[in-house]
Amino acid sequence: MNSADFFHMGGYGLYVWGSYGVALAVLALNVALAHQHQRRVLRTITRSARRDRSCA
Amino acid sequence: MSEAPGLFTALGVLIRRDLLLALRRRAQILNPLVFFVIVVTLFPLGLGPEPNLLQKLAPGVLWVAALLSAMLSLEAMFHSDFEDGSLEQLLLAPQPVFITVIAKVLTHWLLSGLPLLLLAPLLALWLHLSPDAIVVLLASLALGTPVLSLIGAIGVALTVGLRRGGVLLSLLVLPLYIPVLIMGAGAVDAAASGLAAGAHLSILGALLLLSLSLAPWAAGAALRISVE
Amino acid sequence: MWVWLHKFGSPKYFYNVSGKILPWVGGATVLLILVGLYLGLFASPADYQQRDSVRIMYIHVPSAWNSMFIYLVMAAAAAIGLIWNIKIADIAAAVSAPIGASFTFITLVTGSLWGKPMWGTWWEWDARLTSELILLFLYLGYIALQSAFEDRRTAARASAVLAIVGAVNVPIIYYSVQWWNTLHQPQSLGVGMSTIHASMLLPLLLMALGFKLLYVTLLLMRTRTEVLERERNSAWVQELAQALSGKSSSDQVRSSNEQR
Repeated sequence: MNSADFFHMGGYGLYVWGSYGVALAVLALNVALAHQHQRRVLRTITRSARRDRSCA
Repeated sequence: MSEAPGLFTALGVLIRRDLLLALRRRAQILNPLVFFVIVVTLFPLGLGPEPNLLQKLAPGVLWVAALLSAMLSLEAMFHSDFEDGSLEQLLLAPQPVFITVIAKVLTHWLLSGLPLLLLAPLLALWLHLSPDAIVVLLASLALGTPVLSLIGAIGVALTVGLRRGGVLLSLLVLPLYIPVLIMGAGAVDAAASGLAAGAHLSILGALLLLSLSLAPWAAGAALRISVE
Repeated sequence: MWVWLHKFGSPKYFYNVSGKILPWVGGATVLLILVGLYLGLFASPADYQQRDSVRIMYIHVPSAWNSMFIYLVMAAAAAIGLIWNIKIADIAAAVSAPIGASFTFITLVTGSLWGKPMWGTWWEWDARLTSELILLFLYLGYIALQSAFEDRRTAARASAVLAIVGAVNVPIIYYSVQWWNTLHQPQSLGVGMSTIHASMLLPLLLMALGFKLLYVTLLLMRTRTEVLERERNSAWVQELAQALSGKSSSDQVRSSNEQR
């Protein structure tokens, strides 16, 4: 199977790749948002911890 | 404190009180009914007066309109009692919470479901529904509208403490109404095309029994959470 | 069981244990999905009727399974949180909703994309797609109710009641939609399960397992974050923050210098 055939998917390329694309986009967004939120929270608490320490 | 009143006494007293209160605000009873009539009227105006088409759509139209008008009147179920604090008193009263909920649901049904039942045959005639189908429509509404009040009670109980609960309420409640809509409209549809509607009606009856046994508990728990 | 539940329910214990599990679950997720994709896209044959469009099944069906599975997990977690007052369960229920809604959305979009070549229309009121649409409404209602309350505790308790009521309704909705569907137009997506060939079953199961683990990964990530946020002022988070800030303070100083 060559790559053109593979992307063509026997004429169903748009539907197949569209499906995989949407799924990938939504799931990647989920992971990215979860990750970003985690980093933001970690940054907030470490910053306040540093502030506490410098005050002490 | 003297001995707690029997459950049925409590139920009767609560229903009498709510009915009396509701009768003082007649508009609150009438508005959802007028809404029901107007919505049903909109369909011939939007689709054209062709009898065959209207007859085909009638079951769905009548049931969707019933759903919407039942939902419109839901908010009144706990709202004024919540505002003036009497809901809190009712929850503290000796009778179990589910008795309070059942009383509220019954009142809601008496004021919204029952009048709907009386109006529906008239509107069904406008939509050229056959007499057989009208009988089934009445049966399906009689079994289905209490379910709407019961499921609706859970939704109102959850949103009663919120300032803008109205749209949220419809978001919560309408998806849960879908089985009732399917069975209710399906029964009328079957009767209109000359088929037996017994299966649909028995499922509606099962839904009624199920919601009757579960919804008051859920709504009671929700009320406690909201009022707390 | 009791001891375990309460031990695991303690935020600190959960945070530490989940931190150890998370890399393994995440790694297994990536591995399963990659192998599943390879088998699904390259190494499995096209269906003799649906040809290559059948490959959509490898994400549509696992997403559909996940969307229902997550709703049940969410309702169970909400019930546990409501009955035994366990914070972690409340959090797990709350963070599951957007993940479940995502999978439901994927199911709908891929179903629509699969339906176009199969039925010739982008949308058919087929039983599975219609139930998924209603499931999406249930998720959205849950999320809306959750965010309507300012107090987290009330939000968790109220939405728990909704989740439980929804979970009782899901099978009723599912069967009534199916009933409605068979009366109107009996047709459904998918390859008959009896005729499914092993070369298609394997990627399907791998993807299904991969998606399940992806949910677990996301659930752990989001729950950990929420735990940290809610326990911000407790001693163990402070300790953790001190340790982290001590470790990274040198980088932080450098980056703040650069900003200046």
